[in-house]
Amino acid sequence: LRQRHVGFEWGTGDILVYETNFKLQGAGSARSGTPSVHVVRKDEDIYSPILRKLFNESHHIFVGLQNIQEDLPSKNKKPQFVSISKNYRSVIRACMEELQQGAGACCVSILLAIELIWNLCEVLFIDAAPAGVLLLHLLDWVRLHKADVDERAREVLQSESPTHHHAYWEVVISFVLQGRMDEARQVLVKQANLQPASRPIYQLMDSLLQKMPIFNPGGTQTLTEFDVKWRHWHEECDRCLQDNSFASNRHLETICKILVGDEDTMLEHKELLGTWYHFLVSRLLYFHPTVKPSELHYYAQSSMDMFLDFRSAPEPLDSILLAAFEFDIHQVIKDCSIALNNWWFVAHLTDLLDHCKLLQSHNLHFGSNLREFLVLEYASGLFSHHSLWQLAVDYFDHCPEFGRVYLELQLERVPLETERKALKVLRICEQRQMNEQVRSICKIMAKRALSNNRLGSALSWSIRAKDAAFATLISERFLQDYCKRGSFSDLDLIDNLGPAMLLSDRLTFLGKYREFHRLYGEKRFTEAAKLLLSLMTAKIAPRSFWMTLLVDALPLLEQKEVLEELFISKLSVSLSLSLSAVCLFQDEDIESTKLELLRLALARNLAMAIVKEGTVEA
Amino acid sequence: MESINAKYVSQKISKTRWRPVHAAALHQPTCFATGSWDNETNQVCIWGVGETGMACEDDELEGDPQLLCECKHGGDVLDLQFLDQERLITASSTGAVTIYKIHADSQSLSVAHVWDRSHHYQRASAPCTGVVCSSPDVVSVGEDGRVILYKADQRGIKNADSSTIHAVTFLRTTEVLTVNSIGQLKLWDFRQQGNEPAQILSLTGDRVPLHCVDRHPNQQHIVATGGQDGMLCIWDVRQGNMPFSLMEAHSAEMWEVHFHPTNPDHLFTCSEDGSLLHWETSSGLDTPSFLQSRNTSIMSRSAAAPAGGNQSLISAWLNGDSSKGRLETTHMLPSQTLSVNSLDVLGQCLVCGTDGEAVYINRQVPV
Repeated sequence: LRQRHVGFEWGTGDILVYETNFKLQGAGSARSGTPSVHVVRKDEDIYSPILRKLFNESHHIFVGLQNIQEDLPSKNKKPQFVSISKNYRSVIRACMEELQQGAGACCVSILLAIELIWNLCEVLFIDAAPAGVLLLHLLDWVRLHKADVDERAREVLQSESPTHHHAYWEVVISFVLQGRMDEARQVLVKQANLQPASRPIYQLMDSLLQKMPIFNPGGTQTLTEFDVKWRHWHEECDRCLQDNSFASNRHLETICKILVGDEDTMLEHKELLGTWYHFLVSRLLYFHPTVKPSELHYYAQSSMDMFLDFRSAPEPLDSILLAAFEFDIHQVIKDCSIALNNWWFVAHLTDLLDHCKLLQSHNLHFGSNLREFLVLEYASGLFSHHSLWQLAVDYFDHCPEFGRVYLELQLERVPLETERKALKVLRICEQRQMNEQVRSICKIMAKRALSNNRLGSALSWSIRAKDAAFATLISERFLQDYCKRGSFSDLDLIDNLGPAMLLSDRLTFLGKYREFHRLYGEKRFTEAAKLLLSLMTAKIAPRSFWMTLLVDALPLLEQKEVLEELFISKLSVSLSLSLSAVCLFQDEDIESTKLELLRLALARNLAMAIVKEGTVEA
Repeated sequence: MESINAKYVSQKISKTRWRPVHAAALHQPTCFATGSWDNETNQVCIWGVGETGMACEDDELEGDPQLLCECKHGGDVLDLQFLDQERLITASSTGAVTIYKIHADSQSLSVAHVWDRSHHYQRASAPCTGVVCSSPDVVSVGEDGRVILYKADQRGIKNADSSTIHAVTFLRTTEVLTVNSIGQLKLWDFRQQGNEPAQILSLTGDRVPLHCVDRHPNQQHIVATGGQDGMLCIWDVRQGNMPFSLMEAHSAEMWEVHFHPTNPDHLFTCSEDGSLLHWETSSGLDTPSFLQSRNTSIMSRSAAAPAGGNQSLISAWLNGDSSKGRLETTHMLPSQTLSVNSLDVLGQCLVCGTDGEAVYINRQVPV
């Protein structure tokens, strides 16, 4: 595509790009370029086989969420929402694990970030823990996302001489930074056993670590009581530091400084913390464990400033997390929308938050609220996928304002290669009473069948759409075939029309006419004659067929039994026959022999009728 | 229901079938094939599940199917059957019928033979909607209304049907039964010359398209069909041309109906509405309560039949006494899913595939 001007056209999820002959200066090039159209896909992710599982599983969870009872107040539904949030996260984790085993390394980091953000949103917004519990949840959050600590610990403990392992003290400090006191003590005790001389200070450290109060939300202790206890403990640690109890061992001194909440010491171990939010949580743990949600943003901002050191501009992930700590949900969603190339995350998260009634419903320019907008965007993206479009249907169903309109437009554009696919699309339309779409899909399939000469299929499609006009068209085809060849094709269909016959007049005529032929073939002349009579009087026969009907009537009139049976209504029969004949003769050009025969037969008939009528029964 | 395993497979499953086990073997089937549809490149995959010594770490994964091998397939897989242990045959939306061979130890899958464009209109190809085999014969049907028998002298019945034929099943070695989109069952006898069906059966009333058909494993005259309105019909092919019983099964199209091969008192159906039902009728003299009234000749025979066991000559499905009913229906899937397109049952194992790109396996079906 070099040195060419290109034109483009937007699609639902991609752009079509094509070369043009346009040139800025001079005449357009006469050279023919490559006659190809390039499809530029915006979102490669939905074509990844592993990520497809994410879409399918989350669809299942989404539908389950929408069906939660509305009558319970939001407060009682919180545990349900939290568990749904956990479900979503476990689906993300499952995908991550699979990707790690395979080769999709690039997606893993994005999924990690997504899960991190979602988890934080769950802690802060959905679970909305108050002070005290908040820190516990934040600790869990950090522990979940800094899993290399356990690996390192295993490595150290399984080595020949753990205490001499170079990472030994790093492991202890990491445990302390994450508030995992028991594990820290377990590792520390190995060192204590080795150096009996320093036992006292190890015992002191051990007692400090053991005595650290942890808030128990299920217990009877109130937050204030916990705060008092914690301050006591904090002062005790400070005293140990002041009177240099750990001066002989710099590692233990470091640990004590951390326990006191010394930020500089923590910052010295940046590589153990890894991220500014780990630093934030450790800071809060040892400085202000009863932090309130509203105070978080101050600590978050300062942690980020202290940690990041003005070296580099904050990454998108950092600003998203910061916005979360500031409880600015809209900013989180906005930043995520920009940073990610796929609407999956923001659509599902916003939907969940909306169910928790956390989003103020301010309307966007497009007339729908934020949640609906995002879900619509996500579902539209799904529709551009050759296979995932079926998931999108449920998403559209749960967008009250525009979902239906979008769905109608999208369904019409689903390519229908096989009947089975058409049936599935039809079922979707019928369940939602989208009659226009039903008619148009059936018409497409019927026309296709007709062009392939599958009259039976075409008829069954018209019956489904209750499309009388098309049924008439098909019947015309049958009748034309009959006129051309003198016999019916597709007898298995016409003979077994059943109540569908009533869909259109022409179809009814076709069915009845065939029945007439059958009766005649079975030599049931009387019934045949009666049928023929009703066909003519009911006036459902097309004009072009009147001649044929009259000609068919000829041999019948010769049959004796017919004449006798129709004794009483003889006159009416003749009259109607004459009437039709008169009309015919006036309008059309008919073969003279046929004409003669007809005239003869009718005349004879009339004569007999007059005689019979006139005769008085004895 | 607790023992059901779901696995997401990143492709919409149109057909799934258990690989047949050796007649002498006593164990449950451990291998199944799936065919996909609506993908840019569709695939036929072979999966293994269960005790065949796969290295699994925890019990949870024991029921998880593992992909053994796969092969590309041109067009949607509209039907799939196993010819024997090593070969399977598929019907494609491109009109082709393909035979695949599974190589040693289920390590790979490759195309053994293709009949391209078996089904076609005058100018374009037509999807092949059903294929059935009764070794060594293979019969396929398609949207072009053809019934084709693949043999040395390939015999096809052109214009067998003016509407689309949706499914086919063998009744006897030389007879097949097809169902079409105007609600008719047609019996074809290959010993007869000519292009006319030997028999046509249909419902009076609305001609609802029929999508699936299955024959009773022991009694060749009993056939079950399912259609667009989700009704399950049991037919006796010898007796007239009306269904024996009609049961409301699903709220949308029924895609597959299967009698259990060794325990035919059990029937399984799956549907577009996302449910999979397990029908169980008691044998002997008990009957489904909503059977329509039947002619007395059947009733008198059932009175003479010995009670209990599948050995009774009259199948439980056709018993006429409507005073006592015992037909139990259970949902086999834990919750509503997208359309369940296909199911297969062998021994105590049930596998089904859905449009939600998931495969469900239950290895403790109560039969």
